[in-house]
Amino acid sequence: MKMPDKSLDLSALRARLNSNRGPRYWKSLEEVADTEDFREFLQFEFPQGAEQWDDPSGRRRFLKLMGASLALAGVTACTRQPKETIMPYVRAPEEIVPGKPLFFATAMPVRGMAQGILVESHMGRPTKVEGNPEHPASLGATDHFAQASVLTLYDPDRSQTITHLGEISSWSALMGEIRERLAAQHPVKGAGVRILSETITSPTLAHQLGQLLREFPEARWHQYDPACRDNVKQGAHLAFGQIVETRYRFDKADVILSLDANFLASMPGNVRYAREFSARRRIRDGQSEMNRLYVVESTPSITGAKADHRWSSRASEIVRVARAAAAAVGAGEAAKINEVSGLPLDSVSLAAVVKDLRNHRGRSLVIAGDEQPAEVHVLAHSMNQALGNIGETVIYTDPVEPNPILQIESLRDLVRDMATGKVDLLVMLGGNPVYDAPIDLGFSEHLGQVKLRIHLSLFEDETSAQCHWHIPEAHFLESWSDLRAYDGTVSIVQPLIAPLYEGKSAHELLAALTGQPDRSSYDIVRDYWKSQKPDEGFERFWRRSLHDGFVADTTFPQKQLSFKMSAVSGQQSAFGGGQLAADNRHESLEIIFRTDPHIFDGRFANNGWLQELPKPLTKLTWDNAAFLSPSTAERLGVTNEQLVQLKCESRKVEAPIWILPGQPNDTVTVHLGYGRTRAGHVGNGMGFSAYALRTSKAPWFETSLEIQKTSQRYPLACTQHHHSMEGRNPVRVGHLEEYREHPDFVQEMGENPPQSLTLYPERKYEGYAWGMVIDLNACTGCNACTIACQAENNIAVVGKEQVAVGREMHWIRVDRYYGGEGEAALDNPETYHQPVPCMQCENAPCEVVCPVGATSHSTEGLNDMVYNRCVGTRYCSNNCPYKVRRYNFLLYSDFATPSLKMLRNPDVTVRSRGVMEKCTYCVQRINAAKIEAEKADRPVKDGEIVTACEAVCPAQAIVFGNVNDPNSRVSKLKADKLNYGLLADLNTRPRTTYLATLRNPNPEITRDPKNRG
Amino acid sequence: MPQIFHRSTNTFSKLSIFGAVFILAALAAIVTAINRSSYVTQAGVSREQPVPFSHQHHVSGIGIDCRYCHTSVENAAFANIPPTKTCMNCHSQIWAGSPTLEPVRESFRSDQSIRWTRVHDLPDFAYFNHSIHVNKGVGCSTCHGRVDRMPLVWQEKSLLMEWCLDCHRHPERYVRPREEVFNMEYQPPADQIALGTRLVEEYQIQSLTSCSTCHR
Repeated sequence: MKMPDKSLDLSALRARLNSNRGPRYWKSLEEVADTEDFREFLQFEFPQGAEQWDDPSGRRRFLKLMGASLALAGVTACTRQPKETIMPYVRAPEEIVPGKPLFFATAMPVRGMAQGILVESHMGRPTKVEGNPEHPASLGATDHFAQASVLTLYDPDRSQTITHLGEISSWSALMGEIRERLAAQHPVKGAGVRILSETITSPTLAHQLGQLLREFPEARWHQYDPACRDNVKQGAHLAFGQIVETRYRFDKADVILSLDANFLASMPGNVRYAREFSARRRIRDGQSEMNRLYVVESTPSITGAKADHRWSSRASEIVRVARAAAAAVGAGEAAKINEVSGLPLDSVSLAAVVKDLRNHRGRSLVIAGDEQPAEVHVLAHSMNQALGNIGETVIYTDPVEPNPILQIESLRDLVRDMATGKVDLLVMLGGNPVYDAPIDLGFSEHLGQVKLRIHLSLFEDETSAQCHWHIPEAHFLESWSDLRAYDGTVSIVQPLIAPLYEGKSAHELLAALTGQPDRSSYDIVRDYWKSQKPDEGFERFWRRSLHDGFVADTTFPQKQLSFKMSAVSGQQSAFGGGQLAADNRHESLEIIFRTDPHIFDGRFANNGWLQELPKPLTKLTWDNAAFLSPSTAERLGVTNEQLVQLKCESRKVEAPIWILPGQPNDTVTVHLGYGRTRAGHVGNGMGFSAYALRTSKAPWFETSLEIQKTSQRYPLACTQHHHSMEGRNPVRVGHLEEYREHPDFVQEMGENPPQSLTLYPERKYEGYAWGMVIDLNACTGCNACTIACQAENNIAVVGKEQVAVGREMHWIRVDRYYGGEGEAALDNPETYHQPVPCMQCENAPCEVVCPVGATSHSTEGLNDMVYNRCVGTRYCSNNCPYKVRRYNFLLYSDFATPSLKMLRNPDVTVRSRGVMEKCTYCVQRINAAKIEAEKADRPVKDGEIVTACEAVCPAQAIVFGNVNDPNSRVSKLKADKLNYGLLADLNTRPRTTYLATLRNPNPEITRDPKNRG
Repeated sequence: MPQIFHRSTNTFSKLSIFGAVFILAALAAIVTAINRSSYVTQAGVSREQPVPFSHQHHVSGIGIDCRYCHTSVENAAFANIPPTKTCMNCHSQIWAGSPTLEPVRESFRSDQSIRWTRVHDLPDFAYFNHSIHVNKGVGCSTCHGRVDRMPLVWQEKSLLMEWCLDCHRHPERYVRPREEVFNMEYQPPADQIALGTRLVEEYQIQSLTSCSTCHR
């Protein structure tokens, strides 16, 4: 069953929220409205249709099959094991012990920058990515992109051979053509040669490009990434007269003001920032103060969800907030008090924020979002300067990119040259500009005027289709390279596996352009570093760097800069602040562009794990949508899933509506990256392409949007209500002040029945008793745990249609709750995230109802799931109050595709159709650690077993361990006053418990819910 | 209506009604018997191998230790099947021209693995770990039998779950001192239960019968 189809009566909904009957925490607008349809929807264990027989074969065939199955059922037990062969090595490589994984350090490029990772390799197959604890951008955690990268590596849709005009060709044929073209370019010094790359931080690649440009002085190197950080660079240039990198120290920041900066999710260094930020929100281990986060943002983000005070603002108005704040802080002379009127936050709040910042000189932090115009960055720099934060919470360094340029301008120059026929040879190192270039530049129209077009990329995509030559790119797990992290630290990228296909790296292609077609990436990277280091001791240095995953002493030192105050007063005219005047604000709609939280700029569109991962706030999967605030939707008279036409001047695209509480009024946010036509089998035709609206003048927001309604609907697959627990206070929240005065408040929010009040058998746990604590105060809702679990436990992807009927398979889901007082909560709700894995109940309702004993209690307290016994009655799932069991309604696991077989974790069964499955606390890791401990005649040490979700968590919100050991981390957390069990009133005695969320609001900001974050 | 059946057939119908119970019971007994038979479990059936490698000759004849070839038995789940190189350590010198060993030399030349037939094949949903068993005093011969007397290896035990559980429930009946684990000729003493009980305590052997011990 789809969600109730009727459009919502928003005024009734507001009334409900205002009245006392409204729930304190709610998951969606439908839940608040509490319609008949919605109640019916919740009645069912799975949404209706999930249990429908949707195999195309008819009734007769069904009966035939069932008859045959019954007749043969008894015989199946008599099958003999088929003959299997063992193929040992001929010469065994050193260090490989069959059955024991090895870990290698390498780095993944995310936004061109390195994220240090350790990759698990099973006999030469990379299967799982973990963070590198010693790498500054990782500290042992990763984001979901890194987790999903192994799936892209084994993606059967990856391009597998060099093609010329669509025909299979060869490297030598390509070399012949390149040689010929370059020979013609020598006399003109390469005037017709252009290289277009994505953001490059690799020192070796920059060195190679330098060599090429020396050989062809008239050639040009352009860089373009759709998620480029031009605004940041421009802002730095205005403020300091040079491009610098800004690095933040959240571990030192007591008060943070974010101006549309989603630093927990989409900024370079976000994994480390999440760790440092969350560490400052723990009230234990001697820490009694929390940091305080103010967020003014134009699109609800997970950073806004963590805010103590959040205001939503049109993207174009953030600059006015920044100006007013800067004036009040005392930065610059542009103190114009009249600017304050009509701001998204009232003057009292603003004064309180500014006072808080000033009271924490050197321990505060103002951070501007990458998508905000340069002026906001200048103002943020000036505020940090005035607050004495430079050198404390804000550190300036050299730019991470060796050639930091304004990328949109760079692309514009390239297109101009293409249009005038100046370009004879265009080599594209990755990227997909035909799909993602700003629409007004006309990249794809002018691409045809280039005489020879060569495209290197992982997939044969939209751009490849318009090129003469396509070269399959080697995945980062297949090739040698080097990268810089957000703080400048260099990592050597080492391959985990030989290229699966004929993949070439950018290094190899560039070497070919400089007349060395046969040099390997390894030689190129190694020789570059050899030239950088003295010969003696190089081998030692090289091995050390590979082993550690980064090159020692390459972190950029802090830079002393002088801030140009003139930038603050001078920018008014330079940036044309006048067009943001207050009078025309509400007449036109504003469109806001953001990279998709999961498929980013479109490059991960063919990755099923990322596509199916519910987006952090909307919980949509497989699609993007046009996000509208409830009020705006009400004003325009549109409802969820209604198709509308978004129109900016002559550009238009059709998009489904999604009503998103917290979205600023009169704005529409669209995510980039969807609407791919040549992504592959998984990504093709999903969603709409927001690039069709995006211009080079307004890459992140534009105020000329019109919406035309259509009568069509476009179904979206949202997991919001699947596995719902129906409003039983699942999240518990308090304020820091409240907690100090009354530390037991969490315990009093729910009933804790006495342990004896149960019919379940009393069990004794001798030895280990595994348990888990999830700190909701630390959790940022980033979803990395869900995808880490998917990678570790061979969890299948089911597809959009199956998600729509509630059949997604994720073992750990992240629930999102809204809260707040009164109707204002509809427009600016408090947002909470709660990861829900199996609770491993001591009194487990699932176990007693299984007729075949397929789920049983282990001596260590796990609710074991035995796949080979399961006959698929689904009684266990019916009886589970937490809805954490997942059923294979169809054959979701791909047993056929050869490359996907290599992806699997060999320690976990690949489940087939008709089998129930669920979180096991990564029992394969528990057993492995126990065996090692037993062999050494010692108990398992605390922290020795790390579950996949715990390992990946950037915020260190998940802690696993032995609850029988009173000194373990998990026992200490369970003794905390904030600890509570989910639905503990059912007396299931869950082993997974939660630490309640604490918020630290500023007492000076009025409790008027309009302004409450 | 005329009678179709003669009265005498009543006896047959009565017999078959009462007999059905016994027939069904007998059927069930037959099915279980088949399941436990060596026809299904393949116990006691020696397998053909690409090279007729004789454990009897190499172990009891020459006296090579199990761990010379099965290198990871003490450290990993998989005991390891030796690489061709291990064979060639000796057979590049001894029997270097023997036609029986041609597949070994061919493998070494062509860098292609020898395809040995798996003898002990657990179902894919059971995760067995050699190292922990060896370290807890379960001897090789306890499960694999007298491999030193097998010209071609066969599977000695049924490898059925009931067989695993027998030891997991009563480890004291089977464990031996750690130093005797690789001794093929080890004979349990008359007071095995006394020795076993002492060893179970000493080695801290737990009776692990949770499902997730082996299935996951």
